[in-house]
Parts: sequence; C-alpha cells; structure tokens
Amino acid sequence: MISKSRLYIPRPTARPGDEPDFSYLDLSPAGAIDKPPIDSRTRDIEKLSSGLVRVLDDDHTAKGPWDPNLEPEQLQVALRWMLLNRALDDRMWQIQRQGRISFYMQARGEEAVSIAQGMALRPGDMCFPSYRNQGLYLYRGVKLVDMMCQCLSNTRDMCKGRQLPIMYHSKEGNVFSISGNLATQVPQAVGWAMASAIKGEDHLAATWLGDGSTAEADFHYALTFAAVYQAPVILNVVNNQWAISTFQGTAGGERRAFAARGLGLGIPGIRVDGNDLLAVYAVTLWAADRARRGGGPTLIELVTYRGGAHSTSDDPTKYRPKDEWEAFPLGDPVERLKQHMISEGHWSDKKHEAMWAELQADVHAAWKEAQKHGTMTEGPWLDPATMFDDVYAETPPNLESQRRRMLEVFSGK
Amino acid sequence: MAQMNMIEAIRSAHDVMMDKDPSVVVLGQDVGYFGGVFRCTDGLQRKYGEHRVIDAPIAEGGIVATSIGMGVNGLRPVAEIQFADYIYPGFDQIVSELARLRYRSCGDFFSPVTIRTPCGGGIRGGQTHSQSPESIFTHVSGIKTVMPSNPYDAKGLLISAIESDDPVVFFEPKRIYNGPFDGDPEKPGVSWSSHPKGDVPEGYYTVPIGSAAVAMPGDELTVITYGTLVHVAIAAAKETGIDAEVIDVRTMAPLDVKTLADSVNKTGRCLVAHEATRFGGYGAELAATIQKECFYSLEAPIGRVAGWDTPYPHAFEWQYFPGLKRIASGMRRAMEAE
Repeated sequence: MISKSRLYIPRPTARPGDEPDFSYLDLSPAGAIDKPPIDSRTRDIEKLSSGLVRVLDDDHTAKGPWDPNLEPEQLQVALRWMLLNRALDDRMWQIQRQGRISFYMQARGEEAVSIAQGMALRPGDMCFPSYRNQGLYLYRGVKLVDMMCQCLSNTRDMCKGRQLPIMYHSKEGNVFSISGNLATQVPQAVGWAMASAIKGEDHLAATWLGDGSTAEADFHYALTFAAVYQAPVILNVVNNQWAISTFQGTAGGERRAFAARGLGLGIPGIRVDGNDLLAVYAVTLWAADRARRGGGPTLIELVTYRGGAHSTSDDPTKYRPKDEWEAFPLGDPVERLKQHMISEGHWSDKKHEAMWAELQADVHAAWKEAQKHGTMTEGPWLDPATMFDDVYAETPPNLESQRRRMLEVFSGK
Repeated sequence: MAQMNMIEAIRSAHDVMMDKDPSVVVLGQDVGYFGGVFRCTDGLQRKYGEHRVIDAPIAEGGIVATSIGMGVNGLRPVAEIQFADYIYPGFDQIVSELARLRYRSCGDFFSPVTIRTPCGGGIRGGQTHSQSPESIFTHVSGIKTVMPSNPYDAKGLLISAIESDDPVVFFEPKRIYNGPFDGDPEKPGVSWSSHPKGDVPEGYYTVPIGSAAVAMPGDELTVITYGTLVHVAIAAAKETGIDAEVIDVRTMAPLDVKTLADSVNKTGRCLVAHEATRFGGYGAELAATIQKECFYSLEAPIGRVAGWDTPYPHAFEWQYFPGLKRIASGMRRAMEAE
C-alpha cells in the first residue's frame, strides 16, 4: 500500500554528512533591485517579493538605490548592538550548559533583523516580537541584567518567575510580551495597528515570526485583517531556513517566497537579505514610511540562517549538515557589517576587538549583578504567594483562598 | 422604565457604553451595517460610525486576536462570535493569549476584551448552532465567564463586562432572546413584556460579575442553574408542586459560592442543571463545591440534570434538551432520595 504512495514529500537539499547545498535559494546581486516610490500599487511592485534586496556586496561596498547612506556613527551603533546581542547569547548559552538557567535561545546569525529593524522604527511604534528578537529588547532599553534576571526567574525577574527564560516584555520600550505559542502575536499586532488608525495616530505595529510558523492560521488571519483594513503594520517573516528540524520547504517555501504570501490579498511583499543590515534597515524604513502615510501593511521576508541550535534543548547535528552555516551564501551579518565599515575606512580589526572585549565585560558584569538577585540554587527567592497575583485585575476570593491554603501547606499545617 | 427583550437589552448596553466611553469598539461578523444576525448591534453603526462598529472577516481567530491587539492599544473591544459553536477557531487566542496576558506580563500588558456569543439549544439548531461550551471557558484561569437569564441582568452584566479590565466571555442563551422559555416546546412562545425582568432602565446601571441571584425563593430543594434553564426550573417547580428555591448562577467564574451554599444549607437538597453535556461539565464543579460547603446539611446526594453526553442531535432535540419533563423528573428524584 505505502509503496504505491504518490504523495509528494518535500526534502531539504542536505542532511548530516552531505555537502551543504543552497542552490534552492534565489539570490540577486547587490544593488540589482529597484526601489519603487512608497505609494506604488502592489501589482506594480510584485517583483520585490521574488528578488532579493541587497545593499552590501561581496566586496563589502554598499550599492544601489536601497543604500540608506547611514553615517559612520550610525553604523558603529548598529554594530555595537549586534555584538551585544551576540555577547549576551554566547554567555547565556554557556550559563545554560553549566546548568545555571533552565533554557535559552540564541539569535546567532540573525542579529541584523532585530537591530536594523529596531533602528528603522520609531520609539512609539509597537513591536510584537518572536522568541529570537532579544535584540529588540536590548535596543529598546532593557538592561542586560534585567534580561538575565528574567532567565533566572529571580527576585528581579520582570515576569516574577511565571515565564520560561527569554519570554521577556517591556512596556516602557513598547515591546510586547513573548507568549511561546507561535504566530499568535501576528494578528494581535494587526489589531494594535488597527487601533492606532482608529485613534488617528501615526504609530505603527511591527511583528516577527519564523518561516515555520507562517503555516499557523494566525498568520493568515493577520494577512487578511491587515489587508482588509489597510492596517499600518509591518509583518516580518524571518526565514532562517529551519524551524527546529522542519526546513522551510515543509512550511511551504519551496515554490514561492514567503514574501509573496500577501500578494493575493494585495499586500506588497519584499524579500530582503536578512544578513545585510543596510538592506534590512532600508526596506523597513520604506515599509514604515508607506504605512505611516496610509499605504497599509507590508510583508517583509528576511532571508537569513539560524546559525545555532533552535534552543538549548535542540541538537541540529541530527538533521542538518554541521557546516551548513559556513556555506550559507549570505554569510554572517556581524562580519559583513564589520568588513563594510573597515572597507569604508571607519573601522579596524583592532577597534572591533576592543568593542567586543568591552561588551563581553559588560555582559560579565551584568551576570555578576544578576546573581545577586537570586539564582536557581541560592536566594534571595521569589515569594511563591505572588503566583496568585495578576491572574485578574483584582484577585477573586477563590484565588485568595487557594493562596492561604498553599501557604498553610508549606508552613506545615 | 422601558420594556425590553434580551436583544434590546444587549443592544442598549452597547449603546450606553459606546456613548459613555469613546474607547469602546464593536467588531464581528455581520455586526455593522446589518446589525447582527440576532440584531443585537442593530443601529449602532448608524449611530457611532463604521470606525467603531466594524464588520469583520469570517475568521473567529482573527476577530479575537485583533481585539486583543486593540485592547493592548487602549481600546475596549466588544467582539461578537456569531454562535458559540464557532468560537473554537478563536480558542487558542482566548486561552493562551487573552486569558494569560496580564499574568505573563505581571500586569504590564492586559486587554479588556468582552467576547459575546449566543449559546444553547431549543431553537432547532442542530449540533452547530446549539452548543453550551461554558465549562470549557470556566476551566481557564484569567477569564470571567457570564451567562444572563433575562433582559435586566443581560444589560447590567454586559455593562459590567465591558467596564471590566479582565477579559469576559459573555454567553447569551439565544432561546430566551425574545422571551422566557419554560421548557415545554408545545406551548406557544411568550414575550418578555409580561416578565418583571423585562423592565429595563434605559440608562446606565450594572449587575456585578461574581454574584448569583435567587430567581425564585423556596424551602424544600435548591435548584442551581443558569441561562434558559432558570425558567425551566421555575416552571418545573410549579408543575411538581415542590417548594424549590431556584438559584441563577449568572456568573460561572467567578462563582458566588455564598448565595449557593446559603440556599442549600437552608433546603438540605440540591439539584444542579445545565444544557451542556454532563461529563466534566460545570455542574460537576457546582456539585463538588456544594458537597464541601454544605456536607452536613445535605439530606440526599446532589442530583444533576444536563445534556446527554452526545453531540446535540437535530431531530431529537426535545429528548436531549433538559426541558420541563427532564428537570421535573430530576427534582422529584432529588426529593425522594435519602
């Protein structure tokens, strides 16, 4: 019976032991894609969803109409934030491996997404991130020590011990709370953007999800509502090729780019080199300007590669070639920006090493500070009685009674 | 005082709140220009405009999700899910997101969404227009679950729900939209005009969430129920001659335990009734609560009358529905039991 199956099963181009093969990835040379006016009709700019907007060329120069012409100081700021993201991830990964936090997820190889897009948005724009957007929280002002205390579920944890590590939130920074359920934030971002339009404000919403979770219904609700109401929202699909072991083809990426998902609804799609900070910044600014002027939503696909494991609970050597990242044609966003800055004459290996060392020291100091607020093995400890708070605006009698009972039991009654 | 049926009372609650609070917006399928398939939002778009009364695509998950986002951005959305039977595509957004947002962000983010949805049977709706899924929601911490049984409560509770900073799932028993129903499908329908709870103030008032009501006082038996069955229980008491006290739960979560327990401690006997299927139903929570609170007052085991544990059958509605005969029989058994 099964031997007769005619069902098509998508397969990645390379498995462990195979030569990495990115021949499936459609690439465009840097500078090759036109930059249309922001009031272009979707039907006139459909090509943006199949090409690949790139600014940084292989020779590290910036090319073409999408070059945002950032000042050297701005580039240095961008590099610094990407490096901080990486330094934090490196340290927290080690800390998890030492058994000192329960779980972690790193953004290795994808740092340009959060940092470039964070820079292109305005502070009043609301971000609805996915779990690999820690760079957004950093960029929008959440301190290293607070990120770490969240991961420790200690007395300074912004989540009071209620959330798995990395599920941050920042009301002050306008970065939403990470849920853990995939893609749920995407239609919520559309609702937030609709409210912004209803109130007559010019704030946008921006939201992120992975290539894998575009299969969720929530993504399609988001596209429909965003298109129907022309909501001022930027929908970002971070196509890092892998969703745990599910390659992007199983999410439906084999025949058409994720950037094209909205075309049927009239939502323009832009496919961009997600490891090119300049291109990501420029494309995001284009979409933000369009939305702010009433042009509605834009879907951006950021083509990148998940350089590390999905999480500390994952072992990617079981399902993909070990050296796949090194073969990824779009490289490493940190290295590419660094080389560009060096080629422009504003940066050097020496300066770079000094910055990296400084940021590692910042991370080291923050970890020392974070542990003072409690670790998994040493106090101070969070008060378990607080677990009954914030279920409702006011704690109802049944929860007060359960709180009392819990305290009785653990005081030996 | 005006005479209103439940539809008019619900519409009036919207009207009062939209007038009082410019952040209140309404969205759902067919709610705008058309005014809703049950007419609960009729006239609101004409009065408040299409930016506040919004016709939504047919995507319950999208309606709930966008409501959450609107709530986070300072609006106070009232979303209509056209039938409770169609709420499931929005279930993940309600359970994993709406209910937990305040908790997971320690109060930094919350979304004061009210989700209205017509529920229950007795309208020849078959399995896709008759369900009573309230216990699925009472099991979720972080949301409040409400089901009124008359126009006065419907308006007062809906205003409370809209004003609440907590999310509320607001079930509307559609069998009694136009008039109370005593559980006998052979009798001609009656309107709310002759019922005291059809007297509804035109303006603002609230019925608090978290308080049950004594719908009919009595001394021999307590019937704890809600929604359409409040009226069936009152009719069954009259038919059987049992001096029953009928308690209308009104808000399943949070539950007003005291009103329920006071009654059972007085009568010593208790019957729990709901339209939803019995196994794992809300009646089990009621029975367990009464057993704990009233153990030494109980003269007989707590009885339960509920929908049978099958999907809702179209052709056998009146064998399935806990109507007059089934409730009356349950009451007699509760009186005979020792």
